[in-house]
Amino acid sequence: MIDNQIITTVLIHLFTAIIQLAFWRKTVTQRVLSVIGCSLAFLFAVNLFTKVYHGGILTMNAGNWDAPFGIVFVADLFSTSLVLLTSIAALAVSIFSARGVGRARMLYGYFPIFHLLIMGLNGAFLTGDIFNLYVWFEVVIIASFVLLTLGGRKAQLEGAVKYMAMNILASTFFLTGIGILYGITGTLNMADLALKIPKIADQSIVNLTSMFFLIGFGIKSAVFPLYFWLPSSYHTPPSAVAATFGGLLTKVGLYALFRVFTLMFEPTEFIKTVFIVMGIMTILTGAFGAIIKNNIRRLFSYLIVCHIGFIIGGLGLYTKVALLGAVFYLIHDIIVKTNLFLIAGLIRQLRGTMIMPKLGGLYAEYPKISFLIAIVLFSLAGIPPLSGFWPKIYLMEAAFSSANYFYIASLIVGSFITLYVISKLWSDVFWKDADTDDIAVVDSFKPLSTLNKVILVLPICLLACTSLFIGLNAEFIIKVADRISNEMLDTTPYIQAVLGHK
Amino acid sequence: MELLLVFLIGVLYAAGVYLILRRSMVRLLLGIMLLGNATNILIFLLGNIVKGKPPIIEESLKVFKDIYADPVPQALILTAIVISFGLTSFAIVLLKRVYALIGSDDLDDLNTPEEEDL
Repeated sequence: MIDNQIITTVLIHLFTAIIQLAFWRKTVTQRVLSVIGCSLAFLFAVNLFTKVYHGGILTMNAGNWDAPFGIVFVADLFSTSLVLLTSIAALAVSIFSARGVGRARMLYGYFPIFHLLIMGLNGAFLTGDIFNLYVWFEVVIIASFVLLTLGGRKAQLEGAVKYMAMNILASTFFLTGIGILYGITGTLNMADLALKIPKIADQSIVNLTSMFFLIGFGIKSAVFPLYFWLPSSYHTPPSAVAATFGGLLTKVGLYALFRVFTLMFEPTEFIKTVFIVMGIMTILTGAFGAIIKNNIRRLFSYLIVCHIGFIIGGLGLYTKVALLGAVFYLIHDIIVKTNLFLIAGLIRQLRGTMIMPKLGGLYAEYPKISFLIAIVLFSLAGIPPLSGFWPKIYLMEAAFSSANYFYIASLIVGSFITLYVISKLWSDVFWKDADTDDIAVVDSFKPLSTLNKVILVLPICLLACTSLFIGLNAEFIIKVADRISNEMLDTTPYIQAVLGHK
Repeated sequence: MELLLVFLIGVLYAAGVYLILRRSMVRLLLGIMLLGNATNILIFLLGNIVKGKPPIIEESLKVFKDIYADPVPQALILTAIVISFGLTSFAIVLLKRVYALIGSDDLDDLNTPEEEDL
């Protein structure tokens, strides 16, 4: 069904950014505009989600060129769920930024670029054309370069060099894959590719091409041998930026992996094994990296890597239950990882540092905020019935039924280490007595006005409520994830919706 | 022509990979640019090079009856060139800032110790 509404979230962020450019030096106006833009985008994303949930896949042909000749935008349940989650995370980050990002950074255009980044993410989720996906990826990475370097601290620029080099390299791999794919099929439309790729006589070249996509998206989603840029750059920017990156940027790489390897390339046994091995190694290296880190944001960076392994492993198992679990984990992970970095930013406001040995006594001083943070940490660790618990059950079940015991073992080890680092963080930051003798505590939170306090705590509360919703209303999320995994295994509805009834 | 391009692509990829494995930041940037250009030529090559057959349907006909030069790869390359232009110019400014701040071109010097974290 053709519906031009699916592109509204992209347009809203685009126009918000353009209007904000007109208010270059008026940071208060920019803050208000940003929250308004994100709220509008959220409403439209909810609307789009309900439409797709009840009515099936929607498409839009750009410039009214029929698929497969023009660029087509497709909203299936997977894309719209991610658009909805992105809009929730973006809303939270935009509220937090109003106080959590310094005015100097805003004067260099923080808000317009933030909106362009979210626009790129929405576009990447919604497009049905592989080259257009590349273009959206570039929109995302160039916006993320600027956000990462904004402020120009030494550590930031150093992180940015690594981030930039790896991401441009990933794009080159992706583009090479697209070039070969166009050479062997003569089309760029993903649904059309799904029909044409199985008909190619020499399937070995198809597998070779899929490796280019695997490496390109693997770098972007930070899987095992390709993730080293992530822990060396994500701890440097302001926490609001790190929240956007941690929650959303790696997930767009995962989305692309799922899309490419379920719709276009049916993974062979070898590729599935590669996925599972990558998943196991990602979980283990990420988890062990998290143990030794003392800085909260460095620790969270490694946890991002660790939990991406869960999702990649789920894709590698490639059964219905495994995909269901992986999609559920993706849904849970976007919200909770965004929230973790916002929490890191809040702790920085409360204490002026994010190094755990220097922190302490937050529970005694701020019991309500501590309780809020506890909910988030519990759902990250997967304490039942919170949101991290359900997907792990499904992943575990899928791994048992395909007798993949290494993956089960790494799931368990990964979960336990997550629990361990989370409890270490909790006792260090919240329960331990603050060591006030030799370290001056800089509490920039207490002197703030009530409005500013609300601005800092409300987004964390919003995301924590979303996590609670995902955990306590798991039946609905499972229903959604179930339909998404059906869409992945049976791509006929997607292809029919894009190409018409052929 | 095709054979020439194949060799050119091979040389560009090899040189690009060699350069990004060096420790100098400028060489890293040059390597990334060479890889990008190699990819562009690869798309051009794989889009089947046809000489002197513009993709225009004759007035009396409804469809192509002859082979024609495919315009899509060129559109792709154009887009990719524009994008890599933007990325490269950002990268140059970034590396210049890093050089001004650190005073070194060596990638191994990009390690602020963890103790200086916020």
